[in-house]
Amino acid sequence: MLSIDNLHAVVGGAEILKGLTLDVPAGEVHAIMGPNGAGKSTLSYVLTGRSGYDVTQGGATLDGADLLALAPNERAARGLFLSFQYPLEIPGVPSLTFVRTALNAQRVARGEAEVSAPEFLKRARAVAAALKIDFDMLKRPLNVGFSGGEKKRMEIFQMVMLEPRFLILDETDSGLDIDALRIVSEGVNALRSPDRAMLVITHYQRLLDYIKPDRVHVLAGGRIVASGGPELALELEATGYDRYAA
Amino acid sequence: MMLARAIAEQDVAHLPGRRDEAWKYTDLRGALRAVPGPSPRGVAPVGLGPLGAVEADHAITFVNGRCDGEGSFEARAGETATFRLRFVSQAEETSHQAAFAVTVQAGATLTLLETYEGSGSAYLANVNLDIWLAEGASLERIVVLEEPDDAVSVSSAEVELSAESAYAQTVLTRGARLQRHETRLHHPGGGATVRIDGVYLLGARRHADLTTVVTHEGVGGVTSQLTKGVARDQARGVFQGKIVVSHGADRTDARMGHHALLLTDGAEIDAKPELEIYADDVSCAHGNTVGALDEDALFYMRQRGLPEAQARAMLMQAFLGEVTDRIAHEGARHAAQAWAAAELGALS
Repeated sequence: MLSIDNLHAVVGGAEILKGLTLDVPAGEVHAIMGPNGAGKSTLSYVLTGRSGYDVTQGGATLDGADLLALAPNERAARGLFLSFQYPLEIPGVPSLTFVRTALNAQRVARGEAEVSAPEFLKRARAVAAALKIDFDMLKRPLNVGFSGGEKKRMEIFQMVMLEPRFLILDETDSGLDIDALRIVSEGVNALRSPDRAMLVITHYQRLLDYIKPDRVHVLAGGRIVASGGPELALELEATGYDRYAA
Repeated sequence: MMLARAIAEQDVAHLPGRRDEAWKYTDLRGALRAVPGPSPRGVAPVGLGPLGAVEADHAITFVNGRCDGEGSFEARAGETATFRLRFVSQAEETSHQAAFAVTVQAGATLTLLETYEGSGSAYLANVNLDIWLAEGASLERIVVLEEPDDAVSVSSAEVELSAESAYAQTVLTRGARLQRHETRLHHPGGGATVRIDGVYLLGARRHADLTTVVTHEGVGGVTSQLTKGVARDQARGVFQGKIVVSHGADRTDARMGHHALLLTDGAEIDAKPELEIYADDVSCAHGNTVGALDEDALFYMRQRGLPEAQARAMLMQAFLGEVTDRIAHEGARHAAQAWAAAELGALS
């Protein structure tokens, strides 16, 4: 599904990713763990096409398509979704309007029919209820004045509504209390399916108690330095990242 | 007044220019080598103009400074009405001017739909309005300016309020070669409220100048001002907002905001917010920002699937929406929102 090959990327003149290779097959959840500054967020921005994150070598494909040749919105239309570590505020645009516009833009790009307003609202109500999001909050401008936890919950709301095929969760647990973490994780787990895959980026093992990974990778110094099963996360929690320091 | 005299006497020496502090960004003297000759009689245009979608009870149209009715309008005490006032320019390298008075009697509620519609080219137009609100009167004034690239046009209003009256104004413009919309408002305090807003959307080499002077002269006056603009290419937006709180105008509550987006490097915004306070115990604030669209927000929106142009348009519409949302008259609000959306479409 997602295949990253010898990826090198430069941010502000500094090489952050230094030959990262990773395969995430459909149906699997992979976790990327690593110390601060290892390049975890850089990886998520390179994959989604943020400007200022320049690939100098290597590549990445999603279902065989060259991801790096596509505009950010084209990547989204092909099913790539990033849950941001720090979701942006969009003043003046009600959350529901935003999500509906995004969903329809993706559908149009894929040659599908737009979703009607009643159909969209019906689904939005159901998803909001499942994520314990007050429906009135969805009428407010997206993320404006929301707490850190509310923003993260809105990311998951958008994710569920947009039904992406490949999900990247960037430090989704930060800013969440235990109850919110459980709700958010349930939302994520409900999306697990044989034709989807996920990359869960996290500094701490805590999130992986709720979203159980099939594989765990350690990212340090811009490349994957160790890979293993879920037990690797527990090991890291006990020993720390010191032995992987670049 | 200087402009009125220049046109009346066909004498360029009376034109205000950059040596006049209030006109330094809108230099009429520098722009015009001579005052163009008088405009001919025009023909009343077909249709109802840019706010035609909003129904009106009364209408007066000026064409090239001549009007089809009286030179004044009065909303009678207790009346609720909508009045359409159009200033049409159909002129080629000529000049014209008009004066008009609007009175809103005690307890009356008036919606004023005021439009400036230009066809032809290189004309010089000047309009002077006198607006008076009696006690407890309410006026909401929506102004739309649609004039050619090469027109020079100035519109000024003197507004006089009485106690307990409510004045609200939203000016929407896409500029001209040189265009200025000026409002001088005397605020008596005493429970009177003022909202004084503007939107400018400028491309090419267009220039729009929104100048306001609100003078608080009594105790307890409220003023809320919000102006937003977008400029690209070599366009120039000018905002001069002045709030004076006179001696004794205690407990005045005045807020002024001006925020502009520069879409390209060649565009320019000149902002001059001024608070002049001579009273005690007042609450005054102003905020002024000029910047580009938030690139991080744009990336976030694109990550969710919005094409770049759509994301930009959505951010800009939301940005301007904070101004047009403040229009109370529902029909006028929808018309203003539609106008801004269409102009933004033309800009992006």
